[in-house]
Amino acid sequence: MPKDHGIGASQKRREDVRFLTGTGQYTDDINVYGQTYCHFLRSDVAHGRITSIDTAAAEAMPGVVRIFTGKDFEGVGGLPCGWLITDRFGEPMKEPGHPVLAQGKVRHVGDPICAVVADSLEEARNAAEAIVVEIEELPAVVDMKAALAEGAPLVHDDMGTNLCYDWGFVEDNRAAVDEAIRNAHHVTTLELVNNRLVANPMEPRVAVAEYNRANDESTLYTTSQNPHVIRLLMGAFVLGIPEHKLRVVAPDVGGGFGTKIFHYAEEAFVTFAARKINRPVKWTSTRSEAFMSDAHGRDHVTKIELALDKDNNFVAVRTDTLANMGAYLSTFSSSIPTWLHGTLMAGNYRTPHIYVNVRAVFTNTVPVDAYRGAGRPEATFQLERVIDKAARELGVDPIALRRQNFITEFPYATPVAVEYDTGDYVATMDKLEEMIDRAGFAARRKESEAKGKLRGLGINCYIEACGIAPSNLVGQLGARAGLYDAATVRVNATGSISVMVGAHSHGQGHETSFPQVVAEMLGIDESMIDIVHGDSSKIPFGMGTYGSRSLAVCGSAMVRATEKIINKAKKIAGHLLEAADTDIELKDGRFTVAGTDKSVAWGDVTLAAYVPHNYPLEEIEPGLEETAFYDPSNFTYPSGAYACEVELDPETGRVTVERFAAADDFGNVVNPMIVEGQVHGGIAQGIGQALLESCVYDSDGQLLSASYMDYAMPRATDVPFYAVDHSCATPCTHNPLGVKGCGEAGAIGSPPAVVNAVIDALASGGHKVDHIDMPVSPHRVWSAMQG
Amino acid sequence: MYSFEIVRPTSLADAVAALGQDEAQALAGGQTLIPSLKQRLAQPSVLVSLTAIAEMQGVSAEGGVLTLGGGTTHGTVAREAAAHYPALAALASNIGDPAVRNRGTVGGSLANNDPAACYPAAALASGATIVTNSREIAMEDYFQGMFTTALEEGEIITAVRFPIPEKAAYIKFEQPASRFALVGVFVAKFADGVRVAVTGASEEGVFRWTEAEEALSGNFSATALDGLTVSADGLMSDIHGSSAYRAHLIGVLTKRAVAAAA
Repeated sequence: MPKDHGIGASQKRREDVRFLTGTGQYTDDINVYGQTYCHFLRSDVAHGRITSIDTAAAEAMPGVVRIFTGKDFEGVGGLPCGWLITDRFGEPMKEPGHPVLAQGKVRHVGDPICAVVADSLEEARNAAEAIVVEIEELPAVVDMKAALAEGAPLVHDDMGTNLCYDWGFVEDNRAAVDEAIRNAHHVTTLELVNNRLVANPMEPRVAVAEYNRANDESTLYTTSQNPHVIRLLMGAFVLGIPEHKLRVVAPDVGGGFGTKIFHYAEEAFVTFAARKINRPVKWTSTRSEAFMSDAHGRDHVTKIELALDKDNNFVAVRTDTLANMGAYLSTFSSSIPTWLHGTLMAGNYRTPHIYVNVRAVFTNTVPVDAYRGAGRPEATFQLERVIDKAARELGVDPIALRRQNFITEFPYATPVAVEYDTGDYVATMDKLEEMIDRAGFAARRKESEAKGKLRGLGINCYIEACGIAPSNLVGQLGARAGLYDAATVRVNATGSISVMVGAHSHGQGHETSFPQVVAEMLGIDESMIDIVHGDSSKIPFGMGTYGSRSLAVCGSAMVRATEKIINKAKKIAGHLLEAADTDIELKDGRFTVAGTDKSVAWGDVTLAAYVPHNYPLEEIEPGLEETAFYDPSNFTYPSGAYACEVELDPETGRVTVERFAAADDFGNVVNPMIVEGQVHGGIAQGIGQALLESCVYDSDGQLLSASYMDYAMPRATDVPFYAVDHSCATPCTHNPLGVKGCGEAGAIGSPPAVVNAVIDALASGGHKVDHIDMPVSPHRVWSAMQG
Repeated sequence: MYSFEIVRPTSLADAVAALGQDEAQALAGGQTLIPSLKQRLAQPSVLVSLTAIAEMQGVSAEGGVLTLGGGTTHGTVAREAAAHYPALAALASNIGDPAVRNRGTVGGSLANNDPAACYPAAALASGATIVTNSREIAMEDYFQGMFTTALEEGEIITAVRFPIPEKAAYIKFEQPASRFALVGVFVAKFADGVRVAVTGASEEGVFRWTEAEEALSGNFSATALDGLTVSADGLMSDIHGSSAYRAHLIGVLTKRAVAAAA
């Protein structure tokens, strides 16, 4: 019987009641008395020198409160980058300034030049049209190889180069890897692109700031995955507002996918402007602005080599990657192609020699940063594509080749500096083969062929690393932030509980799943527990939600805090029951003296804590509220095996996904329904990347895919019904819940399965195609078939 | 969007009068115009909504001709034309999504003449007649290149008359993002010959593939098209498909349309 409460129960998401009935409170729903509206005048050229800005006519227009330019931000900090990468030669990365409003130069289409603050949005837009900006246009660099060529135009003149860093990992392994590849029996080489994506959360970014002159406090409401991170970055590095005078609130947030982690110019601007004009300022991104100002994702160009011995054992992997940073370093941009990518290049396999080289490049494009999976999809895609190509070259079964090279003993220290605690890659592959009915594939292929179609089956494995930690290690690696999390469990007098968490829920269902954990530990009903998140004035200083970290890191803090609650409650119960606290057992919400029928209820104890008439005041304080900060000792390592079956129309090149199966190991699972939903969404995004989504610039740096007319998002009809399973669980050994994280798995594991399936379908039709870059559009498939 | 006035006349005469004002702009379903206004790409002083004019609504069939009121929505065409001209109803039922189909109109689509729209292919393949508030325009004279038609300033499409073919089919290959036609081919077989209209492909907008028409008029079967190709010259090329790919698709889709119609 599936559980109907606590850990393991598929509770319906309580937050969905408000989301589905239109009563969610999103940032754009927040309107403050006396608020003004902000409109940004953005660059329409990719690269240029600002020679003059004339705002005189615009200032005189109706409703205009004030117009800001880069000049207003002289002496104000720029947007910081949160991770310092040290290159192969021991030198720090190039770290150019990132002004809130452009100063001197514009560096990508969408770079904000001026901000008009007016009584209405219409007046702000009208005035923006009256601003005269003269820009001396400069040649743009868009292609990364061109950006690194001698004499290329420089995105940042003072850097003297467009190379942000040249990172080698592990640099000491380089010679050994080169030698292993030289001496290998077979080397498979693949060059590929990991396509640039636009995250496109359903809710565009919004920021509303107000300033209270009476107490010198600023409040920023913003669409963020991590309000405390924004408070720290914006307060300390940009605007110089101390934490106790700055409140950051991220209310209901309509999807993040990574792109709402970062600290953006617009939220710093409204906070700054509200103080200057002493009125609230609101900015709501249009969808068009989102395309040219939200950080993009992926955009790697990679050459990967896989070396095998005569028995088809993997002996070495060497990669050479160009990673696009865009025009500026977004908050965590530098860490994505390095620590979140290089450390995953072992995948699920015993490969003794691995070397990863990444050159990060500035171009005149929107900054690139974390997007669902962040570095790990890029690693998985290269590795699982090159393995498939190797299997084809060697004439061996792609599943057998993987199985032969699986890591089977844990813990396993990879040659790329991480140690996998648990996993069972054989079990997930066994499960996957059962789910996809591999035996029936030949018959399904025949059916497709009878209709004039080709059918292909693609499989792949993935490994990911979630809950980046521990803080002291990531600090050594260049992180400028801690990566712990925090929770406060506040038990109220009548026994109800508010849990203040540092994690932020923007689709993950924390308001449902987190109470399941506390309810399980205390033996009380979940309805007595609420989660509070997203408001820096209400919650402890936590690091927010990204990298599938919430339950593994913040959930662990919540467990620790709840354990403290239980310890104290047992002392109170012991006092009430006149027994030693070590003899008190907590079960089903009652405290019992072990071996007796003497007991008190949860509510008796909580009431005693706040009405301490009969209470051990000399031993413990009144009240029942505990906080814990949790810093994990390692990443968690979810893994899995995915399979995709496609049908391909050889006349048009159109690919349709007919079947998809995902066997995941997420360790222990708190709410199976929510986990499956996360996998469904992740796979949809992965299929979107594989078949549809493509962010394209022309050679002048104009964004060609700047709206949904040209940027293809996956729709319900583009994805099949999925078969998903998470029964092959090997619990994490180093966090109290044994959980691993599931938010990104689908987006990491699915793109190679889709592309592998397309190549398989083409091969079945006699088309020797090694690779097609994503998105595998009908046009690209047809072109590849033409040879 | 800039601010504007909006009027919603209930008679054609009132609409024509309203459109006589300076910077007046007719508003049909608004599926192209409203996004343009939001982008501030147009600044009309007054929008004249055509949705309340009863005489511009409706679907009727008589004497082998299907007449659609200019203000008839795609959704209504999909439902009410199915019994008379199934290929046209099917075309309407595959435009956009339900929200688009419940707002967008046949007159609006033909007046806009987007080079990737579906209705121009149906109108051209059917040899339709455009009826306006002041005259009737033959198909041969109507389309004049992408986003350009024979309509005069302020002229309103009140109805479109589609001769009903013996057999017809429209096959659309969707552009993955917009779901407009990357290429769409409408094949219509009449007693006196076959007409093939292609949308989505040409830099000049919708056009007739006359070689295919000649081949099919003699032998209405997909095999009649064997060996026929379309030149890529003058076809559109963009991030979703090259001109060569579009040329290839025209051949594939025409065969499929013939097979579907036969």
